Amino acid sequence: MSVLLALCAAVLAGLGTYLLLQRALSRIIVGIALLSHAASVLWIAAGRRGRPPILEGTGGGSGVSDPLPQALALTAIVITFGVTAFLLALAHRSWELTDDDEVEHDLADLDIRLRRSPGSSDDGQEAT
Amino acid sequence: MNAALAVVPFLVPLLAAGISMLVGRSRAAQRTVSLLALTGATAASIALLVTVDQQGPFEVRSGGWAPPLGIVLVADRLAAVMLAVSTITLLAVLVYAIGQPGAERRHVGFQSAYLVMSAGVALSFLTGDLFTLFVAFEMMLTASYVLITLGGRRDQVRTGMSYVVIGLVASVAFIITLALLYTAAGTVNMVDLGRRLALLDPGLQQALAVLLFLVFGIKAAVFPLFFWLPDSYPTAPAPVTAIFAGLLTKVGIYALIRTQVTVFPESARPGPFIMVIAGLTMVVGVLGAVAQNDVKRILSFHIVSQIGYMVLGLGLFTVAGIAAAVYFAVHQIVVKTALFLTGGLVEHLGGSSRLSRVGNLASTAPVVAVLFLVPALSLAGIPPLSGFVAKFAVLDAGARSSAWAVTAAAVAAAFLTLFSMVKIWVGVFWSPAERPPDRVPSRDRRNGPLLMTVPTAALVVLSLGLGLAGGPLYDVIERAATDLLSSGATTGPAPAAATGVAGSAP
Repeated sequence: MSVLLALCAAVLAGLGTYLLLQRALSRIIVGIALLSHAASVLWIAAGRRGRPPILEGTGGGSGVSDPLPQALALTAIVITFGVTAFLLALAHRSWELTDDDEVEHDLADLDIRLRRSPGSSDDGQEAT
Repeated sequence: MNAALAVVPFLVPLLAAGISMLVGRSRAAQRTVSLLALTGATAASIALLVTVDQQGPFEVRSGGWAPPLGIVLVADRLAAVMLAVSTITLLAVLVYAIGQPGAERRHVGFQSAYLVMSAGVALSFLTGDLFTLFVAFEMMLTASYVLITLGGRRDQVRTGMSYVVIGLVASVAFIITLALLYTAAGTVNMVDLGRRLALLDPGLQQALAVLLFLVFGIKAAVFPLFFWLPDSYPTAPAPVTAIFAGLLTKVGIYALIRTQVTVFPESARPGPFIMVIAGLTMVVGVLGAVAQNDVKRILSFHIVSQIGYMVLGLGLFTVAGIAAAVYFAVHQIVVKTALFLTGGLVEHLGGSSRLSRVGNLASTAPVVAVLFLVPALSLAGIPPLSGFVAKFAVLDAGARSSAWAVTAAAVAAAFLTLFSMVKIWVGVFWSPAERPPDRVPSRDRRNGPLLMTVPTAALVVLSLGLGLAGGPLYDVIERAATDLLSSGATTGPAPAAATGVAGSAP
């Protein structure tokens, strides 16, 4: 079971990382969501398995599953949910402003490129 | 009484944030609420510092639950010092934001977001377990995402987006590292973790220590992980940039110091690794600053460079080193905030923050010139200012531990810092502007609105105080470092309590 959870987390993290490296904001947001799912799965794998702690929890501490990681995972899920919503709003604003959800070029990078080759446009060719 | 002192600094701003939303129709009411809340938080944290220094550290158990189950707040000298300086700075910047015609006046959410961020910062210093630290970081960061994109302008959305994505990646890395720590040790309480990790394989300990270093390294902007900072900070309004630059990276540094020393046993401390990172951070950061020609961007690269000094102090893992790092952080919070606030004044008066577009402010705005000069010289490390004391302490600690290479890098970085500060001084205050500014400079008052200059001046005076009369504070910080290194045993839960119901072995 633990191997299955670990595999699941690995696949989610891999997919998340791949999507995070794309240029489109919508993919980046999905990537972050997948990455945080990977983290939640890892939390579930972190705890000890056993009986449900509250429903059948009258018989003392032994054999009860560890509730702490599940509580913590829940907190993490709520937090990432909120921040993802904020990110979506930001992406929408970006789309409003530029009609596009691609991440824009970095201004400082463009500046350096222009300084290195004055006269040429952004195709990077040297002007002699 | 003590418990109240430890709870007020984060609970009051958090409640005030809610009230501030309710009274959103009236800007005056919002301002009153925020000022009252942060004044209360500041008073409580100063009282906390005095109490903790006299009576020793104490812990507050929320709801009366014992540490491995309940949430623990730990007020020790390190936390109290950082908390006191942070709340004073937060209050000064709030006054400045109210005085500046800009973000605060236009947007109904500014005060609430600012208060939530203040609460997050305070909770980060006070918490005794790593998961609450995560929650506190999220409070602080989520509020900072709102603050950095508040105007919704195109450049703000562009840079804010990368800031938010980097912040989220760091947060996910934090959760993943926490999950691994919990799997390995079965607890998230810092002191408890320290005890249990000591029983594990040294290789595993070191791997976890480096993972946690990377997580906080992104937030603190150390060498390979700093690229987001100079890009995103300059686009926000001046007071927001000032508080981010002064405070947020230092919360990262605090978390680094706290976790590397308290959570990990001596055998797991990656000292040489941290030293290499520190040297590279100092040198690369300052070289970046030398290449820039915008006041805010120069200062942003300096944030990175100065982070290196603090990480160097931490990497030594000696009392002198940690004390130097903490004093450096305190000095940086005050001086960096003051510098960015002055940068905001320059932009307000001169119409731009680019060196080529403003000029001659030394004759047109002499007070602003002085307000810039003092913290700039302090940042460069000119005696007797606080920057000199801080740099001297770091270099002294480095020399005492015979870490010559990285100490030499620190000296070189100090010279380049002085060079780029002189560059700003000459460009903005002495020479005439080469090109007209982006927009018409304001002509309302010669030295800017009083509500902007007074808080800046207050921080400058505080930084002077840190340099000239910082002896007592340095003693407190030294005691804090001694407490920290002699393990957290003084404030920890009893070992027996750690083997409770939920304390599961892997």
